[in-house]
Amino acid sequence: MSALAAYATSTGEAFQFWVLGTVAVVGALCTILMRKAVHSALCLAGTMIVLAVFYLANGAYFLGIVQIVVYTGAIMMLFLFVVMLVGVTAADSLKETIKGQRWWAAACGLGFGVLLFAGIGNAALTEFAGLGAANAAHGGNVEGLAALIFTKYVFAFEITGALLITASVGAMLLTHRERTERARTQRELAEQRVRDGKHLPPLPAPGVYARHNAVDVPGLLPDGTPSELTVISTLRKRGQVRDVSGEALADLKALEQRSSERLGRDRDEEEANR
Amino acid sequence: MNPVNYLYLAALLFTIGAVGVLIRRNAIVVFMCVELMLNACNLAFVTFSRMHGNLDGQIIAFFTMVVAAAEVVVGLAIIVSVFRSRHSASVDDASLMKL
Amino acid sequence: MDNLIALLIAAPLLGAAVLLCGGRRLDKTGHWLGTLLAAVSFVIGLALFADMLGRSADDRAMHQHLFTWIPVEGFQADVAFQLDQLSMTFVLLISGVGTLIHVYSIGYMEHDERRRRFFGYLNLFVAAMLLLVLADNYLLLYFGWEGVGLASYLLIGFWQHKPSAATAAKKAFLVNRVGDIGLSIAIMLMFTTFGTFAFGPVLASAGETSEGKLTAIGLMLLLAACGKSAQVPLQSWLGDAMEGPTPVSALIHAATMVTAGVYLIVRSADIFNAAPDAQLVVTIVGAVTLLFGAIVGCAKDDIKKALAGSTMSQIGYMILAAGLGPIGYVFAIMHLVTHGFFKAGLFLGAGSVMHGMNDEVDMRKYGGLRKYMPVTFVTFGLGYLAIIGFPGLSGFFSKDKIIEAAFAKGGTEGWILGAVTLLGAAITAYYMTRVMLMTFFGEKRWQDDADGNPPHPHESPKSMVIPMVLLAVGSVAGGAVFEFTGFVEWLEPVTGYAHGHPPISAAAVTAATVAVMVIGVGLAYLQYGRRPVPVVAPRGSLLTRAARRDLLQDDFNHAVFVTGGTHLTRSLVYVDHSLVDGVVNGTAAGVGGLSGRLRKLQNGYVRSYAVSMFGGTAVLIAATLLMRAV
Repeated sequence: MSALAAYATSTGEAFQFWVLGTVAVVGALCTILMRKAVHSALCLAGTMIVLAVFYLANGAYFLGIVQIVVYTGAIMMLFLFVVMLVGVTAADSLKETIKGQRWWAAACGLGFGVLLFAGIGNAALTEFAGLGAANAAHGGNVEGLAALIFTKYVFAFEITGALLITASVGAMLLTHRERTERARTQRELAEQRVRDGKHLPPLPAPGVYARHNAVDVPGLLPDGTPSELTVISTLRKRGQVRDVSGEALADLKALEQRSSERLGRDRDEEEANR
Repeated sequence: MNPVNYLYLAALLFTIGAVGVLIRRNAIVVFMCVELMLNACNLAFVTFSRMHGNLDGQIIAFFTMVVAAAEVVVGLAIIVSVFRSRHSASVDDASLMKL
Repeated sequence: MDNLIALLIAAPLLGAAVLLCGGRRLDKTGHWLGTLLAAVSFVIGLALFADMLGRSADDRAMHQHLFTWIPVEGFQADVAFQLDQLSMTFVLLISGVGTLIHVYSIGYMEHDERRRRFFGYLNLFVAAMLLLVLADNYLLLYFGWEGVGLASYLLIGFWQHKPSAATAAKKAFLVNRVGDIGLSIAIMLMFTTFGTFAFGPVLASAGETSEGKLTAIGLMLLLAACGKSAQVPLQSWLGDAMEGPTPVSALIHAATMVTAGVYLIVRSADIFNAAPDAQLVVTIVGAVTLLFGAIVGCAKDDIKKALAGSTMSQIGYMILAAGLGPIGYVFAIMHLVTHGFFKAGLFLGAGSVMHGMNDEVDMRKYGGLRKYMPVTFVTFGLGYLAIIGFPGLSGFFSKDKIIEAAFAKGGTEGWILGAVTLLGAAITAYYMTRVMLMTFFGEKRWQDDADGNPPHPHESPKSMVIPMVLLAVGSVAGGAVFEFTGFVEWLEPVTGYAHGHPPISAAAVTAATVAVMVIGVGLAYLQYGRRPVPVVAPRGSLLTRAARRDLLQDDFNHAVFVTGGTHLTRSLVYVDHSLVDGVVNGTAAGVGGLSGRLRKLQNGYVRSYAVSMFGGTAVLIAATLLMRAV
């Protein structure tokens, strides 16, 4: 990794590029094509790690580590938290609602891609000088970056700092929910429930008179009716509440049938024996 | 292998990210595709820095990362607050300005 | 004395204005006012005539300049009058016969509640006709030409409640319009050729202009004459014009208006003399119409339509004579005047017969009327003798001279024209005898009218009888008077006169004419005098049936012009509707459709807008790359 050549890279790097490059592209494709947002986030994280390896391969050591730590570690995790916060919504369906959107997107993307490739191919690129000299100039990659940041790009650095602070404050402001009224006591909540005519007694504890261990079987209320409230709302929303009330009756019916068969056989034997 | 291939890879990733922005409806996934595009740009910068033999490309990629982080913070905060009021994270909901 | 010329026109014009604008309070006295003013015009005419006679032959033209009509440099359009021998003849004929017809109408239109308007229109007609013959330039003549056309329309359609009358008036106006186009084109050509309209300069310089231009002008003038004088091919309106009251038929469609065409041609003699091709066409038109009208007149059972066919034929004689050139102009005018007398007399007689027979016009329902209407019988009979050319009466002198002039044209042309005129004379004798026999002789074939009243034929009142008598006197004596007082010398300074090259002597022509007349009378007597006339018209031969339908002229006009015009209109409407409107509507629809489609671009979805932005970016990059490459 020290002797970064000019035009042609080493075979090792070439091999690494082609393999990891494929992984990166596959990851990017999965990002845009996965149904669930969580899967998309994870694929993107994978692509970013591959990119970090590429940075390291290109001589940007500091940047490669920062990519893993900041980008993949912080930013993608932030994405995952928000995805979990938002939860499962209808926006996850892959059915396209706008007519012709997919065709147009594909066409534009193809055209754009072709143009970029043509542009890069046409570009008069100089020889690849490699970063050996640059990294050694100040005694290392980090030192070199620092030398540039604090001299040539110090204004950009300061302003970016200000930007970060502003962003944090802004994020806090956007998501802050301040309680404007005093929290209502339990008595007040109960009075409100009576006034609205909603469900008066507190919700049944989970598993009351539960006959099953299963999470999707509702427990019974004191009068024998199954209470759906004992099943968690996620399963309720999905409609995955299991109704097992018929099982006992089925057992009873089976028992009766077996008994009638047995009794019937006994009587026939008696008849036959007489 | 010519290091120019890194540029081609960056272009390809950028295009994939752009198409993703157009296709997906979930605001968070759209945001992720934007991040993908930014990362592709960073790769291109790093390759250019290797080409020129100075660290300026890496500086720019660094700043891009910082700004992208700030952007993610604010953007996700917006998405969360929109979700709180509308209970939907779909990008297609804001469709009132139509003829 | 010259200043009186304008008064000739002013008197009846004043009468028309007063009667038409005066309102109902003039209903009791209007007809007297109208007749009086027409008589005033006649008296002034006589005074001017007397004055003219007192002058020498070269000095007889009087001029009066009233005012400049269009004061534009290089466009000489004045209201000025010229009264020479030709105009004087017409002035006397128009005002004289006009006054007699006014008197006749007092009695004939006695029971009509719109009589005041009738007299107003008659006065208007007299004024317009006098303007026509007194104008000293073609543009003013056109003014009078249009005026008589208007008066004719108003008078034919006088009984407005009858749809047939209204249609006939429209038809007359439309067919006349075709002729009027000829006159306006002729005037335009005159302006471009001569630079002026006045008779003097135009006719004087006619000799030096190119023959092509003069032929064109002459043919256009002939077209105008055909329209006004009901010559082939514009003759279809005359038969239908009999829908008007009989005095109208007598005045306008026998004596005066239909002769305007002859006046036009004779006045433009110098133009025609210098364009022999146009003259030839004139003679051909005259010859064809002569026979056409005669054949049609043989088959008509309506007395007025038979007389209309006769008018058409006699004017054909006049046109033929006018087309012969200087050898015929004088005789055309002579025949015009005598025809004015006897044809007006015949029409008034027919009106008298109709008056007595409950307004029945079908001759098959007449018969034996001579005992019941003796005066009418006598006056009608004298007119009849005049028209067939009985020796000694007016028609004999004028028609005979025309036939002589036809022969005198010389060459094959002369023989053909002479034969045609002789044949026409024979047929004239035939159909006029037929009318006489069917009306006044034979058994009474009278039928009850629609209300069941039987006819009570009686002599007409004095106001109707006196004009008939006076006209009969003119029919008898007119010819002899003209012959022996030198009508030729009277008109010669204006029209010129030549002898021509008669291949046979005048006496031989006269003998032939008389022989032909006898043959015609004899044939008619055999057909209608010996045998009883059937009340219901028999089917008749093919020629008879065609002649009853005006020799299919109306059918031809309909098939060619009406149908063709309808198809043209429909195709133009189609073009307008689908092409012109189509372009406009198509543009609107196109814009609408385009906007409808473009509007779909703004569907409110952020992702669609993102696609547009992305596409736009791609285009920009492509453009940048291309610019670089170029």
